[in-house]
Amino acid sequence: MKRVAVIVFPGSNCDGDALAAAREAGSDAYYVWHRETDLQQADCVILPGGFSYGDYLRSGAIARFSPVMAAVAAHARAGGPVLGICNGLQILCEAGLLPGGLMRNARLRFLSRPAWVRVETTDTPFTCLYQQGDVLEIPIAHGDGRYVADERTAAELEASGRVVWRYVRDNPNGSMHDIAGVCSTGRNVVGIMPHPERRNAAVLGGQDGARVFHAMEARHATQHAVDVRAVGDRHLRV
Amino acid sequence: MTRAVPFPGDPPITPELVRDHNLTDQEYGLIEALLGRAPTFAELGVFSALWSEHCSYKHSRPILQTFPTAGPQVVQGPGENAGVLRLPDGWAVAFKIESHNHPSAVEPYQGAATGVGGILRDVFTMGARPVALLNSLRFGPLEDARNRYLLAGVVRGVGDYGNCVGVPTLGGEVDFGRSYSGNPLVNAMCVGLLREADLITAAAHGVGNVLVVVGSSTGRDGIHGASFASEELTHASERRRPQVQVGDPFTEKLLLEASLELIASGHIVAIQDMGAAGLTSSSAEMAAKGGVGVEIDLSRVPTREPGMTPYEILLSESQERMLVVAKADRVADVQAIAAKWELTAKPIGRVTDDGMYRATWKEQVVVEIPGRRLIDDCPVYHLEAREDPAVAELRRGTPHPASRIPHPADVLLTLLDHPAIASKRWVYEQYDSTVQASTVIAPGGDAGVIRVREAEFGLAVTTDGNSRYVALDPYEGGKAAVVEAARNVACTGGRPLGITDCLNFGSPERPSVLYQFREACRGIADACRVLETPVTGGNVSFYNESPSGAVDPTPVIGMVGLLARADRAVPSHARSPGDVVFVLGETQAELGGSVLWEALHGFVGGVPPRVDLAAERRLVDFLVAGAERALFRSAHDCSQGGLGVALAEVAMSGPYDDTGFGLDVDLTTYGLRLAALELLFSESHGRAVVTCQPARAAAVVALAQELGVLAHRAGTVGERGGALRLRLRDARVEHPVDRLREVYFSGLARRMGD
Repeated sequence: MKRVAVIVFPGSNCDGDALAAAREAGSDAYYVWHRETDLQQADCVILPGGFSYGDYLRSGAIARFSPVMAAVAAHARAGGPVLGICNGLQILCEAGLLPGGLMRNARLRFLSRPAWVRVETTDTPFTCLYQQGDVLEIPIAHGDGRYVADERTAAELEASGRVVWRYVRDNPNGSMHDIAGVCSTGRNVVGIMPHPERRNAAVLGGQDGARVFHAMEARHATQHAVDVRAVGDRHLRV
Repeated sequence: MTRAVPFPGDPPITPELVRDHNLTDQEYGLIEALLGRAPTFAELGVFSALWSEHCSYKHSRPILQTFPTAGPQVVQGPGENAGVLRLPDGWAVAFKIESHNHPSAVEPYQGAATGVGGILRDVFTMGARPVALLNSLRFGPLEDARNRYLLAGVVRGVGDYGNCVGVPTLGGEVDFGRSYSGNPLVNAMCVGLLREADLITAAAHGVGNVLVVVGSSTGRDGIHGASFASEELTHASERRRPQVQVGDPFTEKLLLEASLELIASGHIVAIQDMGAAGLTSSSAEMAAKGGVGVEIDLSRVPTREPGMTPYEILLSESQERMLVVAKADRVADVQAIAAKWELTAKPIGRVTDDGMYRATWKEQVVVEIPGRRLIDDCPVYHLEAREDPAVAELRRGTPHPASRIPHPADVLLTLLDHPAIASKRWVYEQYDSTVQASTVIAPGGDAGVIRVREAEFGLAVTTDGNSRYVALDPYEGGKAAVVEAARNVACTGGRPLGITDCLNFGSPERPSVLYQFREACRGIADACRVLETPVTGGNVSFYNESPSGAVDPTPVIGMVGLLARADRAVPSHARSPGDVVFVLGETQAELGGSVLWEALHGFVGGVPPRVDLAAERRLVDFLVAGAERALFRSAHDCSQGGLGVALAEVAMSGPYDDTGFGLDVDLTTYGLRLAALELLFSESHGRAVVTCQPARAAAVVALAQELGVLAHRAGTVGERGGALRLRLRDARVEHPVDRLREVYFSGLARRMGD
């Protein structure tokens, strides 16, 4: 059973959903309040969706200064898996743990609807249970979901296979290269704009998102990253 | 005689000042008699707020008292922040609907946003976690740029607030009519879940317990909002814009978490939202409910700006504030929980045993009113009610015969494009409908459905109302609002449990409006009795008038239903080729108040459809029983646009599907006396369309016979991307389903400039 830390910022509102999805996948998931500096020996960290600090300055722009982010960055540097969902992706970009940024949707309105994404790489701790080319139906719900990066970064992402999910059928928010999710050079930090935790049970209309969470429990899930446990801002290799 | 002295700088109490406070001379006389002296300026403000229609229901109470409010499922009826109904396994549901019409008319974004904020607080102050939001919106015709601006602003305001707090918007309705041009309606509903044992109320008790204000500090915004809501909108209302509060959903989210933690902690005995009339109404109502007195030192209330007077602090409607009554020795614990959520919590007063509603500025008493009488002595008016003869005339009318009777196939496209009927995707796409990961049926279906993660059951929720019917026949219109809500809930498989109502009308001081109100309420009450759905609370919004007149009477019903199993929820759309299509119920020639007449002739008149309550009850029972036995693949009710529109909607599938299903329907032996336009577009109640697997068709027929529902086996579901084919005795309608989708899903977006 993996220990999964779900970070709670003031204004997080998908923290409960992420926690539940991780637990339903068999993980020992727990909350870590943004003021904490200790991830309590997390194997894996989730930055959930929501409106951290109301997104008042810019989505994710204030959350990255939260005390807990130093521990998250240390965990990531040591190769520990980190998943940012929606606002979590925005925070990871603001914190420099992922390249690029998220801008206002092309139509300038909040958009809540199903989206279809193709799994572009299985070489991450969160997509290893999918097949490359799998098309998943997963809800989106965001106002600032248009992924942008400079040309060089985008080319690099493509060349190194770090576009993890790509919108298919249509591009709901105007993201460049139809990007719905990306990962870090170490492939252990992963961000996704749609919400896999909202589609993990038949009663919700499908389970296309469930394997993102099951992946954390899979033995080989962390094979790409060194298995680490974070204690404060120190990391123990185990 | 009570003692209270004016605060330095208070204006003298003059007849003009009294009238500015929306108090009549007679009411002022009562106040002087009650106090044994002239009121202070602050006291005048307190009376003005608490004796406004918004807070006192002084014009509506005698009529509201006729609602059925009891039932084995009722945990908390009207009178609290929200009604509460019992669910299985120790769970309960708290829910309430409220209007924010006037603020939205002058400042659509903030008006709508703060409407959502207020209704959320009403629910979480019961100890319930909000799990669903709904709304009901009315605007003038979209040809007018001002109305498009209002619609866009209101939708953005509703969305931004609910999205940020993290509560899914699961449903709602949007309709249009000329009467709403100067006075849009914005009604917001919230549904929350709690353990029944954790229910908390707003009754203050325990002498010596401490009043603590939690959340935002108090500013000069929204002063006299409750009084503003109790007068007609005029050209001068634009000047009321500073009275519209400004919402901060981020603080609301913190307040939500802090409040639920406070309730669970046991440190507090009561909690109340500081909504309309702010500190005044929250503290006075808490005291009155608990039968105790309270004393507040206004100088201790945290303010946003210096120099605020007692009057301003008492009447500010600054948002995101709560008043809690903490146990005397737990104030520090309350403050610690608030601090965790980055909120301030400041003790400002205490519960007393003298029954007095008292506010001081340090040592000086500025308000002292016997608490019970402040609430109870508000006069109740029994006003005259008389139908406007023009309405009776309108009921007798029919549209001028068109030079050429249009073909029903063309009419179907016209109706699918009509703003009342066209898909509201442009609206609900802006609301997060899947946060909390519990959405089983998202907006666009008959009712929204959510699961409860820790339980097997689910909840169905809807808001419904059709002002065209109410304007023409308020009694039938009142009934219609309830039965349509019940049909919507039942189509998803939910057993209707109870309702909350938002009653939007013009000025009750006009006999024609009070007649509409009285009759609509009588209709609601009769329907609720037959359906066994008690009224658990709601909101009366009078004075919805602009210089061009009163809005059409618009009672909106918010209903909650229980699905025994969430995973048996029934969607609205056809799902599989070869399935059998049944039309349930009877169609009459009832085009009064129909969208057909409005769309073709610009005529809203005639006798609206009659509601047969017994037949509705049978249909609801049938839909619920069929869903529980998993008989149906889909179920969809007939409402605006009648059977023709309902069948098209069954065929079209959801907004994000690639295409819909064909539908082959034979109506040549159904509704024999009716012409094609009547059969397809009459809005008779008591009807629905269900589809089922062929192997279940016999069971559907047997259940219908057993429960006394007319079930007409009308056809089959065709292939994906096929055509809707309707055969009638005197006409045929055929459209590729993709053509229908194009019209239906673009109608509203096109008008909004997309």
